This record gives sequence, structure tokens and C-alpha cells, in this order.
Amino acid sequence: MPDLTIKNLNLSSISPNFSQVFDFSIPAGTSMGITGPSGIGKSVLLKALADMLPHSGDIYLGDTESQTIPAERWRRKVTLLPSESQWWHETVGEHFHHFNDDLFSCLGFNKEVMDWQIIHLSSGEKQRLACIRVLMNEPEALLLDEPTANLDQTNRIQLETLIIEYQKKNQIPLLWISHDKAQLSRICQQLLTLNKNHYQITQIGADS
Amino acid sequence: MIHLTPWDLAIASTMIILLAVTSLLLQLKITKQLLIAAIRNVIQLLLIGYILKIIFNSNNLFLLLAIAAVMLVVAGFEINSRQKYPLKRWIGFKVGTSALFISSFAMALLTLMVIVAPTPWYSPQYAIPLLGMLLGNTMNGISLGMDKLNQSVYQQRLIIEQRLMLGQTYQEAIHEIRAESIRTGMIPIINSMAIAGLVSLPGLMTGQILAGTPPVEAVKYQILLFFLIASGTGFGIMLAVWMIAKRMFDDRQRLNLDILQIKSR
Repeated sequence: MPDLTIKNLNLSSISPNFSQVFDFSIPAGTSMGITGPSGIGKSVLLKALADMLPHSGDIYLGDTESQTIPAERWRRKVTLLPSESQWWHETVGEHFHHFNDDLFSCLGFNKEVMDWQIIHLSSGEKQRLACIRVLMNEPEALLLDEPTANLDQTNRIQLETLIIEYQKKNQIPLLWISHDKAQLSRICQQLLTLNKNHYQITQIGADS
Repeated sequence: MIHLTPWDLAIASTMIILLAVTSLLLQLKITKQLLIAAIRNVIQLLLIGYILKIIFNSNNLFLLLAIAAVMLVVAGFEINSRQKYPLKRWIGFKVGTSALFISSFAMALLTLMVIVAPTPWYSPQYAIPLLGMLLGNTMNGISLGMDKLNQSVYQQRLIIEQRLMLGQTYQEAIHEIRAESIRTGMIPIINSMAIAGLVSLPGLMTGQILAGTPPVEAVKYQILLFFLIASGTGFGIMLAVWMIAKRMFDDRQRLNLDILQIKSR
């Protein structure tokens, strides 16, 4: 699987807080954590990487630059899991092509979940189901916006394990926004700290 | 035919005033619009009455085209009024007018040149009322469809973005909203076709009968008009809704509501 490489990415057209030029790379099979004060634009950065916001500069997945393929294909490869998921049909099942026993049971769901009504889901259930929905698309890079924010301890570990297993199996690059420093140092090899008009990348646990 | 006196119209107008007072008391915030519409109605109809008198006597193609152009432009402007989330003026006018033009004028030409075929084909006595009905109904339909589309997209913008993030094309992401908007625009004309004759006697037929035309002749014209209006309206709405939906996304299939008159971000 390919690396995710960001070259000369500039988001100043979105907000004046983004005068910095981003240049970094996430090697295949590794993770980068993103932290920074709230409202600084961590989510905006991830949205731009999924080509959901106008930007200048290049985003490469391997040799493929985002603008060289149709937007919907890029987003299938480089998939964003937003902090708040959206659901538009009546039942859970209508949002999935098919039931995948491995993924669902990993997060404690059985086949009955497909008939559940969306309006009766808790925010934690939505969060976990949204993660399954994203993984079923088989992305080649993952952008996660606080994926475990609404979850209790048990569910947080289950979800974390599921994502990391997927990453290990497919050797994909991964970006992970979190306020939980311990979680990031557990998962990530690099840490991007975002501040107004600048950012900084540090290596974590380079003991391997 | 019984001629109406100014008194007859005055009695009818007291009913409108009564309605206006009631809606004012109920704080419906529609009183001003109601009164303006009623006053416009009187002035415009009196004016067109006199203008039609001149045009009917002249039978001039260019005069007819000029009137048709005015009707089109006014309808194009009106489409954008009374919208909850209106499009920016110029875009709304462009989209509305082109959809109106294509659908209404195509139907009008078909009728004038093939179906009714008066001599000359642009005989104003046929062309103007026909075009007026087509434009009026299509304008209503487009206006309703557009209102539904803009409102749904605005309210469901997070859902649309979520669907795009999951790798759907803009066509897939907006499919249900688009279909629902077209349906909303078409409901009035389908309703009036369905209940025609049972509940209401349609306007054109009523007019012709009041003026002394044999009922069956009036009915034939009414059916023709219904079919033309329904098809013109339907195609016009589809065209407008498709054009607007496309403009709500940029070349990288990102939702961009800059075409609405509200701040999107």
C-alpha cells in the first residue's frame, strides 16, 4: 500500500488562520496523530485531505495526486470518518451494501442491527457503525476525526483495535485527531501539533 | 353575456379586505403580500386588457414577440420571489428564465404550428393566452420545486457531505432530494388534472362557458390545455431542478452553497 504525502498544501482560502504551508508524509502502515487547541482547524485539515474543501498544493497517495482522478474515487481511497456521522435512511441496513459478520461482531453487533431504526441509535452506536461503514469501503488511507470521542472505555478499545487491525492487515497510512494524548502515543509514530499559522511534527516512540 | 359593473368588483374586493384584516389579526405576516398581490392584480389585468385590444387588432409578429419577451422576463423574476432560501438574483433569474423559455415556448410553438394552427400561426388571440397559461403554471411549478430543493439541500447539507465523503458522486448524494423537489413542483398540476370536472371547473373552460361557448367545445380546449400545461410544467421543473442541483457542487463535487443568498460557511 502507498504512502500519503502532502506537498505545499495551503488552506488560506478557507480561513486566515491557515497561513502555514503543510509538507509532511505518512508512510504506509504508520499513523500520525493530530492535536491542537479546539477550533484551530484540525477537522478542516482532514476535510481538505479528503478533497472536501478547496485547497492549493498536492496530496499524493503513492504516485496518484488527488486532482488527477475523479473526486469520488479519491474519497473512496482516502476516506474521512467525521466526528459526527450522518444517516439518511430509516434503518441501519439501508446504509450498507451487505452485512459483514467480521466487522460487525468485532464491535459487538449481530445481524439484527441491520433492522434497527436510526432515530433510536445512541451517539456511541452511531460512531461505531459509522466506522464499520467506512471500513467496508476498503479505504487505502484513513482520516479519523475523534473516532472514539463518544465511546466508553470498552468500546473505545474495541474500536481502536479494529482500526489498527485493519491498518496492519492492509498497511495503510492513517491520520487520527484526538485530544487523548495517551491514545495518540499508543497508536501513532508521528504527532502533528497544529497551532495558529504554524504546525510542528514530532516523532513518538522511535524505539523500534 | 352579463357585463360586470364596477360595483360588482367592489363587492368582491371587500372579501379580500376581510381576509387581509383577519390575517393581520392572526399575525400571519402575509397581509402585506396579499394586499400587494391584489392591487397588482387589478392594475396588471386592466393594463393587459387594453394592450390586448391593441395587439388583437394589429396581428403583428414583432409586437407579439415583444409581449412574449416581457411575459418571460417577468415570470423569470417572479420565480425567485417568496423563496425561503432564494438563489442569488442573477443565477436564479438565468436558470428560471431558461427553463421557462425552453419548456413553455416549445409547448406553445407545438400548439400554434401543429395542433390548433390558427392563420397566421402567431395570431395573438391564441398565442398570448396560451403562452400566458403555460408560463404561469410552469413558473409556479419551478418556484415550488426550487423552494423545496434549496430548502432540503440547505437543511441536509451535512448528510450530503457525509455521502460525498463515502465516495458517492454528487448525483447519488442529491438523488432523493432532487426527485422529491420535482415531485413537489408537479403536485399542483397533477391535482388539478385529477379533480378537473369533479371538484372544480377549470378556469379556461369556465371562462369560455360564461362567454357562451358550447360546453363540449370548451371541454376539448381545456383538455388540450391541461396536457400542454402538465407537460410544459413537468419538463420545466425537471430542467430547472437539474440545473440548480448541478450548480450546487463545484468541479470536485464539493457542496458549495454560494449560489444561495445565505452564508454557507
